[in-house]
Amino acid sequence: MSLILNEVNYYYGKGTNLVSHAVKDVTLTIEDGEFIGIIGHTGSGKSTLIQHMNGLLKPTSGGVYYNGRDVHDGSFKLKELRSHVGIVFQYPEYQLFEATVFDDVCFGPKNQGLKDNEAGLVAFEALRDMHIPPEMYYQSPFELSGGQKRLVAIAGVLAMKPDMLILDEPTAGLDPRGRKEILNLLSRLNREKHITVVLVSHSMEDVAEYVNRLIVMDKGSIAFDATPKEVFAHYKELETMGLAAPKVTYFMHQLKEKGWQVDTSAITVEEAKKSILAAIRR
Amino acid sequence: MGIMKAAKLVHEYIHRDDDGNVDHIETALNGVDLDIEAGDFIAILGHNGSGKSTLAKHLNAILMPTEGTVWVDGKNTKAPENTLDIRKTAGMVFQNPDNQIIAGMVEEDVAFGPENMGVPSQEIWQRVMRSLNLVHMEAYKNHSPNKLSGGQKQRVAIAGVLAMQPKCIVLDEPTAMLDPEGRKEVMDAVLELNKTKQVTVILITHYMEEAIHADKVYVMDGGEIVMEGTAREIFARVQELENHRLSVPQITKLAHELKCSGLPIPDGILDEEELMEAICHLS
Repeated sequence: MSLILNEVNYYYGKGTNLVSHAVKDVTLTIEDGEFIGIIGHTGSGKSTLIQHMNGLLKPTSGGVYYNGRDVHDGSFKLKELRSHVGIVFQYPEYQLFEATVFDDVCFGPKNQGLKDNEAGLVAFEALRDMHIPPEMYYQSPFELSGGQKRLVAIAGVLAMKPDMLILDEPTAGLDPRGRKEILNLLSRLNREKHITVVLVSHSMEDVAEYVNRLIVMDKGSIAFDATPKEVFAHYKELETMGLAAPKVTYFMHQLKEKGWQVDTSAITVEEAKKSILAAIRR
Repeated sequence: MGIMKAAKLVHEYIHRDDDGNVDHIETALNGVDLDIEAGDFIAILGHNGSGKSTLAKHLNAILMPTEGTVWVDGKNTKAPENTLDIRKTAGMVFQNPDNQIIAGMVEEDVAFGPENMGVPSQEIWQRVMRSLNLVHMEAYKNHSPNKLSGGQKQRVAIAGVLAMQPKCIVLDEPTAMLDPEGRKEVMDAVLELNKTKQVTVILITHYMEEAIHADKVYVMDGGEIVMEGTAREIFARVQELENHRLSVPQITKLAHELKCSGLPIPDGILDEEELMEAICHLS
């Protein structure tokens, strides 16, 4: 199972005098089971790019292939693609609408054609995976806290049993614990259920800690596509793109300049701690 | 009395069922005492649902106390005749820039506040230019706000508040929807206002890094103020903050972890420079 974007270009407003080339020549292969982060300045093309991944946008030129099949060749049902690739948009809690949490999560699977009892089963599983306590299942989603609403909204997409889950800034506006809870749950889905996760994020610290592969978008093109360590080694270039490395990485570079033998590729607090302790005890 | 003061402030949201009967009562603020000195930079931290935004709305007379009293610049928010003065004293900036920009051109948007206050038109344009200068957005005065980045829009929203020449500005998670560069632009603008114009700033945020410059930090949980002190005092209490669903800035966390591993590093390290000094001190 893989998703391939081949030389994808996308223009907004083609044929008008306000053309904007939002995605430029993007070629990308997403393999099964990856945990990928996408970072980029506002307007760098992140959101436009992810909308190609489940057929919400059709490339102006280039192709999108799911399991080797061209999703825009006419015979491929986009509804089927969307069952495989789920997108959780920014502030998904605004899309909750049913009278109870449980009904809301059942909406997706029912639309996929599942019978009530089958839809109920997958909804239960999705709610469990998102750690929603059972006493909330029959409450109105509007009575929950911001963080809980967001988990319910993610469960709604998860209940459609996607192989790949794309989330656009799922932690925006949440408190530090809420952010960590969501990221830990996504990480578990990835490890235990082998769901491919693509995380669009503005937090360098979060992607440094969680993802295996980091894609950096700049002005519609892919600027970097490598492990977080490799990407953050280019912190000076990232700054020219309105991005940065995690704070600890900068600190490690400063320590090195002062003559300490530390590992400047450290991108998390844990790595920085180990390297500093080793340098001091040397 | 400081420029903003709350005494035993209680706020209850009353939820009603379809027939209008009281279903349940939610206590969002439960006996908050607060005294903010003019010119201070105050940060208010707390998890989602801890009561921060409810408190902010009391500081600008959008909400009225269920019990207790709030004074803004010595005026009781409960008296209707004070409402306009209070809103002139305390300007408010919200989380979503798109919800607070109304005009088709940046300068018109900034002029909206003073126009409504009845400021003479010559002075309005002076205020608009001054406010845009303060947030470094003068080059965009003739632009359409919807073409701006999130950070730029938020700075226009701040300029719109500044044009009313408030003594205080209350910002409710102004950077939550912005990218790192936008966050920095907004924070730099806010800090500069506080330092150069002595505008009292009350910043509500989920980004711990943004609180390290504050003169005073309040932590809220369950509608109460549970911790208060300087940024250094607050961020020295790592475990306590985590119990309130919060965290500390990444460098503070690193310093704390190093200390827990046995290095003699002081509590409450706030930035790279301080940690560097502490580490260089070891050798």
